[in-house]
Amino acid sequence: MDPTKGGKAMRALVEVHDLLVRRGGRNVLEVPALEVGRGEVLALIGPNGSGKSTLLLVLACLLKPVSGEILFDERPLSQWKALEYRRRISFVFQAPLLLDMTVSENVALGLKFRGLQKGEIRVRVGHWLEQLGIESLANRRAGELSGGEAQRVSLARAFVLDPELILLDEPFSALDPPAHSKLLGDLAALLAVDHRTAIIVTHNLKDASQLGDRVAVLVGGRLRQVGRASQIKAKPADEEVAAFLREPTSSAL
Amino acid sequence: MQIDLEIFQITVLSLEVSILATFLSLLLGLPLGTLLALGRFPGRSFLLSLVNTGMGLPPVVVGLFVAMSLWRSGPLGDLNLIYTPTAIVIAQVVIAFPVVTGLTTAALQALDTGLQLQLLGLGASRLQMIWLLWREARLPLLAGMMAGFGSVISEVGASMMVGGNIRYQTRVLTTAIVLETSKGEFNNAIGLAVLLLTITFLVNWGLTWIQQRAAKR
Repeated sequence: MDPTKGGKAMRALVEVHDLLVRRGGRNVLEVPALEVGRGEVLALIGPNGSGKSTLLLVLACLLKPVSGEILFDERPLSQWKALEYRRRISFVFQAPLLLDMTVSENVALGLKFRGLQKGEIRVRVGHWLEQLGIESLANRRAGELSGGEAQRVSLARAFVLDPELILLDEPFSALDPPAHSKLLGDLAALLAVDHRTAIIVTHNLKDASQLGDRVAVLVGGRLRQVGRASQIKAKPADEEVAAFLREPTSSAL
Repeated sequence: MQIDLEIFQITVLSLEVSILATFLSLLLGLPLGTLLALGRFPGRSFLLSLVNTGMGLPPVVVGLFVAMSLWRSGPLGDLNLIYTPTAIVIAQVVIAFPVVTGLTTAALQALDTGLQLQLLGLGASRLQMIWLLWREARLPLLAGMMAGFGSVISEVGASMMVGGNIRYQTRVLTTAIVLETSKGEFNNAIGLAVLLLTITFLVNWGLTWIQQRAAKR
């Protein structure tokens, strides 16, 4: 199987062609080609400043590339209305970024943006609070939560939208090791159950292999390699990828 | 001085004029302050410097320019607004509007910049995003409103110059205090001063109560 392809029978949900993002007069992200199949989870890894978050922002239509094309559901992003497109996906940032309201109200936000009925909002919010094991926190204010709890709220807030594509930017980075591995396991299970399509930035190859069907490695603002974690570990595409994998923080399999 | 009724009328006029001016300043300052906080356009930092300078505009200077504009022979003279309560409102808006604008910008810029992207990433329209940012910054925004009201209820220069301190028509608490003091009627002046402080306190007490209730919501 070609490792750059989604590996699913249908046409890929997301296709990236010759993407270039510049900021402050220099290239911060170059992605010659990348595809994410329907139901696939792609993990993004790379050192700090390698362009992982930038790629997510571009994919969320929150940052404009200089050139290149992104297709979502076989239609170029440039032809989508930004709002209409954003309402089919959802984004989880590194920091939970909860609003100063209750947990339930936070989780309901995206549904309210989409104008859903109160009754349906209540049912869906309740379901996803339960899925993430935070139903007991429903009426707590966001400011009273621990880091791990807040991150779960932030995940519930994205999943409740039933997005066709979910973009996650290192949702575990601020957590201590036990909370980290627990949430990692829960997230992997949630993504698997609904065959959800996701692109998730992770810290290291180990997390990436646990979550993602395939792993994409970015170094120095350029996509270097896409493949299964084991393939990447066995055969890094170039010396810089190998050097990144040797770093203790990217502790391999 | 006709104590009860006249003082009552002066107090009501002061409140009417300053509350209306604060409200109009919010109407103008909230959108402009939001634009300055969230927008990126050429001239933005220059405009922001202007607004920040405007936050400290001396009321007499505002009074001068508004009086010149509304003067019978001035550019807006045909409106016949000089020495009317409307003229005082106009001058007070010029005073309070930069205060509200500047504090709105500061309040929104104090929020995490990621919040905007997060809300858009959850499918918020621009208006929905702005509404939630205002909600998130509601405490400093209310503080900005209090600062705006405080700056106009207490100013005397502009009210005097564009209102003229005309008895039963444009006399407000501050101009009445100036008049009573210049006549040597210190008892009257002190009484009016206490009244001014009291209503300022009451209005701010109300706003603080709303603010602190909002803090718990």
